[in-house]
Amino acid sequence: MSGILDVSGLTVRFDTPAGTVHAVNDVSYSLADGETLGVVGESGSGKSVHVLAMLGLIARPPGRIAGGSVTFGGRDLLTLSEAELRDVRGGQIGFVFQDPMTSLNPVLTVGRQIAEPVIRHRGLSPRQAWQRAAELLDLVGIADPERRLRQYPHQFSGGMRQRVMIAIAVACNPKLLIADEPTTALDVTVQAQILGLVRDLKARMGMSVIWITHDMGVVAGLADTVQVMYGGRIVERGPVRAIFKDPRNAYTWGLLRALPDHGQRVQRRLHQIEGQPPDLYAPPKGDPFAPRNPFATPRCFEQIPPLVPAAGAVPGHLVAAWYDLPRLLAQRGDAR
Amino acid sequence: MGGGTGNFLRALAASKGGLIGAVLLLAFVLLTAAAPLLPVPGPTQSNLRARLQPPTLSLTEIGAHPLGTDNIGRDMLSRILHGGQLTLAVGAAAVVLGGVVGVLLGIVAGYRGGMWDRVLMRLVDIQLAFPLMLLALIIAAALGPSVRNLIIVLALTSWTRYARIVRGQTLAVREREFVQSARAIAASPWRIMTRHILPNVMTPALVVATLELARVIILEAALSFLGLGVQPPWPSWGRMLAEGRTYMASAWWIAAFPGLAIMLTVLSVNLLGDWLRDYFDPKLK
Amino acid sequence: MIRFLLGRLGESALAVLGVVTIVFIVTRLLGDPAILMLPVGATPEQLASFRAELGIDRPLVVQYADFLWNAVRGDFGRSFQHNRPAIEVVAERMPATLELASSAIALGLLIGGGAGMIAAMNRGTALEVFVMLLALLGQATPVFWLGLMLILFFAVDLGWFPTGGAGTFWHLALPALTLATFTSASIARLLRSSVIDVLREDYVRTARAKGLLPRTVMVWHIARNALIPVATMVGILAGELLGGSVITETVFAWPGVGRVIIQAIEVKDFPVVQAGIMMIAVTFVSINFLVDLLYGVLDPRIRLR
Repeated sequence: MSGILDVSGLTVRFDTPAGTVHAVNDVSYSLADGETLGVVGESGSGKSVHVLAMLGLIARPPGRIAGGSVTFGGRDLLTLSEAELRDVRGGQIGFVFQDPMTSLNPVLTVGRQIAEPVIRHRGLSPRQAWQRAAELLDLVGIADPERRLRQYPHQFSGGMRQRVMIAIAVACNPKLLIADEPTTALDVTVQAQILGLVRDLKARMGMSVIWITHDMGVVAGLADTVQVMYGGRIVERGPVRAIFKDPRNAYTWGLLRALPDHGQRVQRRLHQIEGQPPDLYAPPKGDPFAPRNPFATPRCFEQIPPLVPAAGAVPGHLVAAWYDLPRLLAQRGDAR
Repeated sequence: MGGGTGNFLRALAASKGGLIGAVLLLAFVLLTAAAPLLPVPGPTQSNLRARLQPPTLSLTEIGAHPLGTDNIGRDMLSRILHGGQLTLAVGAAAVVLGGVVGVLLGIVAGYRGGMWDRVLMRLVDIQLAFPLMLLALIIAAALGPSVRNLIIVLALTSWTRYARIVRGQTLAVREREFVQSARAIAASPWRIMTRHILPNVMTPALVVATLELARVIILEAALSFLGLGVQPPWPSWGRMLAEGRTYMASAWWIAAFPGLAIMLTVLSVNLLGDWLRDYFDPKLK
Repeated sequence: MIRFLLGRLGESALAVLGVVTIVFIVTRLLGDPAILMLPVGATPEQLASFRAELGIDRPLVVQYADFLWNAVRGDFGRSFQHNRPAIEVVAERMPATLELASSAIALGLLIGGGAGMIAAMNRGTALEVFVMLLALLGQATPVFWLGLMLILFFAVDLGWFPTGGAGTFWHLALPALTLATFTSASIARLLRSSVIDVLREDYVRTARAKGLLPRTVMVWHIARNALIPVATMVGILAGELLGGSVITETVFAWPGVGRVIIQAIEVKDFPVVQAGIMMIAVTFVSINFLVDLLYGVLDPRIRLR
């Protein structure tokens, strides 16, 4: 099958004085037109690095793409020249980054920063681009756009700056919006507003979205598909409902257990996954999660499990695990 | 040797700039300090038959002048070594004097706050509104040239930099527990400032002192060059340069070597100072 | 913005007041001005009448107020050497000093800015090491020595430039280069570390993620931010530069204020020394005022606080 983005065998390494970091290992997936994909994982899972790498946004060196292909719009992004990649970035693929306080240039007006990609990719005159910037501010829900365009980032609140970042990202009607932990630095109310805004924009502009987060709760209300990453690999992937109802990887199960349970009045104590994140300098030969996994089998320590369709699950639900999680959970009497 | 000193030396040895600076500076200090013991003529001993001799590499010859001689036949190597003694001693004295004043005032401003702080920091601002070279010039001209006055002038241009950084450090240290508890047992302000705060501001003061030494050496040479510093016949690098000026077209070495000596000394001190700053606190930049 | 301007103007005025005070203290308290100012060998009667003429038999506070008032009017007394108002002697040399200093600043920004950028954009290469070594040497080279060596090499040996004096571009070249060396070296070192800091900023990644051309990213997102600390530095460097101009002018026989001050010190022509020092100090304060304005232009966070 082929969607708007096809990632195949993507592998990213960082060559540092301390050794080679195995940041992304053999990642393959496909994103359909209009689909929203939630990529979930802790820091160091490769969830951010793999998208930055495919668009040439990691420093090279020390970063290096060691293999794979990424097809977007009929071309392999990994074989494009830097000049060709520049046409894709900001034009067909928009980015929103984590920290809105530091992601905007403090010395340029907000209007100028929104107009830049429009001038660059759409060839509009500065005057037309300014007009477009005003429309965009209005689109992302900032009142009095004409006045706000002339202001500087420090005159905006955190949530407002993230709206500006979103305006920049969608300025050229991209086919794909990549949001890298865009709500992590914001407080909960603002978080909800930004989520609502992106849902709304996606519906109006018909983009696909990759939403990168460490928070399972965020993807629940947003994503069509959830993809869980650990140690630079995809460990489970499937329709959002299937992942939440029927997790097959112990790490996914752990993340879900860490969620506060909204159904119960007395909130359960947040369950933390114990243990250290994997050593990316010297990855273990088996499943990288095995040392932290209470369900690990001897085979988990010996061999990396492949990502395959989960037995007896809905179509498109893939998992990388040597153990049968539902059976083990049933034995433990834990029904969640 | 404590673990701290061991770590410090290991880090120094691992750095390129810091190590080169430290070794060069140490070599300069030892060479100039040992100048009277070395087999060279006295710095003021002139030999009119050996005037304006060019530098030579034939060291086997008895009485050769490796760096040449000046217009009245004094040995350049000897003058540079003895001049370096004076330059380094004057520089060190000025840095210590400026440092003592600056550190004390900085601690008082930071610890006492209020009026003390406002007045002292205003004074610093005002002085920094005056190009240091000019300040040194006018004070040196008013005081008259002598080694003692030179040290005072150089120290006067230097105290503000210590005061600023030490004040900032004091503000931070003042709130730490050991100072708070000393206050709680009603220790006298003088005791708190000398026993508790002083040891904690010594590191940044040391970094400033190193960087100041480089600046003070150049300023001393400039003042001596203009005739407002060390007086003849004592050799000083700046003074020698001024004397060599007249003979520049025919005897380049008289002006060239003292300048080279200043440059290498300042370079080594700067290298060491930069490294010290980065080692102890990159924020001091 | 207006509040920012007024605040800075007030601070500048205070700085000038401080400078006048320092000049007053130095010239009045560190010795008898009559002895300092009159030529050696003046008779006691001459000294006494001179003291009365200067009014230094009056209380210090009165003298200070008087000195202030005269300083405001630009009256520093008559030059013994030239037998006309000291301020005139100094003022007619001012254009030469400004010409030299502004050429040096421009040259320093050009050389230092270029070198700093080159070093930052070529991290970890031999080119960076080479440029930074040059900068280290530039910071360690005494101005007067560099001036002499340049004269020796380019004027005496090669005969490409005149050995001193002023008038043409060829006269300006060597002294401007001499004076610009320390400035270039300092700017190069600061700009390099400043650019390296900015390259790590998230907004540079944002700019690249927008697909902007490298030129746009370089100029508007990297250089524009990296220059802010350099602007502050230029204010400090202006002090080094004006101080250095005294020496450079002496070495190159450049007819500026610095050379006049040195000549006046040699013959104890103190009115000229005072007027010259005041002139340069006020220039320095004005430059710093302008630099602060520039800072406000460069950084909207200051302007629109």
